[in-house]
Amino acid sequence: MRPALLAPEIVLFLGGLAALLGGSFLARTRQWVTRAVTAAALLLAAALAALDLPGPAQVAMEGTFTVDTTTGVARIVAALGTLVVLALASDEIAGTPRESETYALLLFSTTGTLILAGADDLLVVTVGFLLASVPLYGLIGIARTPLGAEAAMKTYLLGALFGILLLTGVTLLYGVTATTSYAELTDRLADAPAGVVAAGVVAVLGGLLFKAGGAPGHFWVPDAAQGAGGTVAAFLTTVPKIGAVIAAYRLVELLPDTLAWPLLVALLAVASMTLGNLAAYWQTDPRRLLGWSTVSQVGYLLVPVAVAGRSDLALPSLLLYLAGYTVTNLSAFAVTTAFPQRRELRSYRGMGRTHPWLGAALVVALLGLVGTPPTVVFVGKLTTTAAAWDAGYAWLAVLVLLNTVVSLFYYLRWIAPLYARQEAAGHRQDADAPGRWSGSTAIGTAAVSLLLGIGAGALWASVSL
Amino acid sequence: MLSLIVFLPLAAALALMALPRLGDGAARWAWVAVAAVDLALVAALWLAYEPPVAGRLAFEERAQWIPGVNSSYHVGVDGLSLPLVAMTAVVFLACAVFALRSNDRPRTQAALFLFLQSVSLGLFVAADLILFFLFFDLSIVGMYFVIAGWGHGDAGRSALKFFLYTFLGSLALLAGFIGLYVAADPHTFDMVDLAEQTPLTGSSTAGALVLAAILLGLAVKTPTVPFHTWLPPAHTDAPAIGSAVLAGVLLKMGTYGFVRIAMPMLPEAWRAWAWVIVVVGIVSVVYGALVALAQTDFKRMVAYTSVNHMGYVVLAVGAAGIVAGDTAQARSVAVTGAVTQMVSHGLVTAALFLVAGVMWDRAGTYDMGAYGGLADPAPRLAALFAVGAFASLGLPGLSGFIAEFQIFTGSIAAAPVTAVALLGILITAALFLRALQRIFTGATQGASAGFGDLRPAELWAIGPLLALSLLIGVLPRPLLDVIEPAAQVLVQLVGR
Repeated sequence: MRPALLAPEIVLFLGGLAALLGGSFLARTRQWVTRAVTAAALLLAAALAALDLPGPAQVAMEGTFTVDTTTGVARIVAALGTLVVLALASDEIAGTPRESETYALLLFSTTGTLILAGADDLLVVTVGFLLASVPLYGLIGIARTPLGAEAAMKTYLLGALFGILLLTGVTLLYGVTATTSYAELTDRLADAPAGVVAAGVVAVLGGLLFKAGGAPGHFWVPDAAQGAGGTVAAFLTTVPKIGAVIAAYRLVELLPDTLAWPLLVALLAVASMTLGNLAAYWQTDPRRLLGWSTVSQVGYLLVPVAVAGRSDLALPSLLLYLAGYTVTNLSAFAVTTAFPQRRELRSYRGMGRTHPWLGAALVVALLGLVGTPPTVVFVGKLTTTAAAWDAGYAWLAVLVLLNTVVSLFYYLRWIAPLYARQEAAGHRQDADAPGRWSGSTAIGTAAVSLLLGIGAGALWASVSL
Repeated sequence: MLSLIVFLPLAAALALMALPRLGDGAARWAWVAVAAVDLALVAALWLAYEPPVAGRLAFEERAQWIPGVNSSYHVGVDGLSLPLVAMTAVVFLACAVFALRSNDRPRTQAALFLFLQSVSLGLFVAADLILFFLFFDLSIVGMYFVIAGWGHGDAGRSALKFFLYTFLGSLALLAGFIGLYVAADPHTFDMVDLAEQTPLTGSSTAGALVLAAILLGLAVKTPTVPFHTWLPPAHTDAPAIGSAVLAGVLLKMGTYGFVRIAMPMLPEAWRAWAWVIVVVGIVSVVYGALVALAQTDFKRMVAYTSVNHMGYVVLAVGAAGIVAGDTAQARSVAVTGAVTQMVSHGLVTAALFLVAGVMWDRAGTYDMGAYGGLADPAPRLAALFAVGAFASLGLPGLSGFIAEFQIFTGSIAAAPVTAVALLGILITAALFLRALQRIFTGATQGASAGFGDLRPAELWAIGPLLALSLLIGVLPRPLLDVIEPAAQVLVQLVGR
């Protein structure tokens, strides 16, 4: 069993339970204690994962869960990412009636993501999927706004559909191979009937794409990003992707050459990035725009998945992109939670002049999402693209770059008003001060995104241990 | 030393941003001081410079950056880059002096231009493709904010067009870089290694595609016909110092890429496609000149002459790829002329755009028809404009002549058909003389009435640029001594 190997996941889950139970017994004014507990659990999990990182790859739970560099990086990124989300929550939901429940659900969902990331068995993938998804439905609806209710319903229905699809896929694969363990699937898939394997794998990939928020399972993402609270929106567009994309990578890596799997994943990647970019074009709500932007980012993340095992760059570049994307995307969301009242792009008019540091942070975050050097997403994009080309998919690399140009336009639609001159009178709604926690988080994460890009060598070394 | 030159302005920019209490006057003078110190450092570098052995760089510095993909912080200079580094430092100092009179958020402006200066210097000393791309992209970002933040007219729209268009170019460039990286064995982004390996030699299709991607990226930046359409609106709506930097420095990033990346790393493909490049150069020269002739807006006209002048550079580097018989000497002259042209155009066009800035400042219009007899109220402006115009059209005794004479000597010897482009010089001469006539001669009328002559800051910004052009025109040797060895090496590399 070796449960000690799962210590970070266990810590997170227990932390979630503690927040839930503790919250029930604490007065409304003292709910901050649960926030501290949550933060401690996340920090502890990240620290434990960091201690494990240099060690050799090991398997736990009878070979159904792998603890290797990939899992380790996913643990650190997801735990620290949720910690950043928690900082955003300190502005938005501190002192609200559902505070401790939100923290508990965040921790449960993070645990689910980590189980997805380490899963080496189709059934564990299923468990991780459900554990990551079910808390998310609650989180989206917890704001109790009309848009939030709609988004929760949509996510729930799509999640149920794709969850069933995932289970069907697992059943099919089990049916033709009599196993769900990756170690045994590698050999048996090659001898199994290709048609059934194809149907099963496509179904499982579909489920994972729902979790990652990539086409064709992306429909819930923009609605949820817009309808849920800022904290939840930042979480659901960032952390669940970590587990889902890594799970997809592990699955694609073991597929036999009976079908053109890389091509299929590459097409899904292109579909995601193109669709996300085009749909983001005329959005006026910044969070909805970011929602669509994350759909396109999943497309870029699927590029190294498509060439899994075909280029030495694939896995490190995927992990680096995930880390970079997490910090950069959270930075952009942090700006939106710093100004919860500004729900239209044009309400950001002049923000860069009145709040120069936050303006700079938003510019760094958005240009980072485009993939402008020296931010870390640039290094991710460079290496994932190089991996695709290295594996013989030069056309995929070219499409990534073309999509990058396309994406620039809508990010600029947000950047342009920042430094525009403030209209003379009337339109000055920026008397509202930015949220303190969110503001400093936005600036901090933007700085980290720059520093990680400049220090990309060290980051690369730690993701390719 | 090189890192200090590159990052000193950036450090100053960060300091300016971190000190919001700094007065506007202090910020302006701090900018001038930093630009002057940087220029002094570049001068010291020039004095200490010895031509490196073929294929190497002088003042090399190298540190690991992303070892996973063999990309390093690698900088160095040679005869192709050192003149551009010096020109960049001069143009930015001129802009700093010119901006001493600017009142629109001077502290932020100074920081932004110092940032751009670091980026531009960094690009010219970069010896790693990713480092080059980093600076290439950041130059676009910086210039976007300059145009959008300090421009006039329809600045937002022009800035957006500029950003989107040149960003497309930069990503084409990145695609080409990745192609080079993947083809190299071992995979690397290091320019020196890649120039030694010439990774795509022997695979003509892949070589052509990678070259096409790189050329597209550089052609947008240069810009050459037909990728020049972002340039006129960007210039028209940019502030004067923004235009000066854009035309003087940023355009050179494109042409510099030809001699630094495309030619040495893809010699086979370059030779195969040299004719296409020559034709693009000739078309840019003639078309740029003709369209400039049709302009009534002074700034737009200067912008189009940039297309024309960059056309000469493209023509020369294209001709350098037409390897036949014993024309190596001639081709090396063409390349020397191309690099000289980059320096000369940087100085002269920056001066002309600053002149345009004075016009906008006083009268709020660039329309040449609105002026007349301006020489009377503004004799100093008229004198400087005349020198700039003559330098730009290639009058002997000024830098433009040295550059264009060598370009044509070399190019016509390598490919006689390039003589067609001489037409461009004729048209440019006509359009500058006509502009001179329309704006400065005749009776003082329209916007010229009450036009104040150059103030000291303006004079000390524009004057030195033109004085340097004159110096190069009279005493070209110190400059050519630096460029020539590097040009010979480059011609050898292309001939491999």
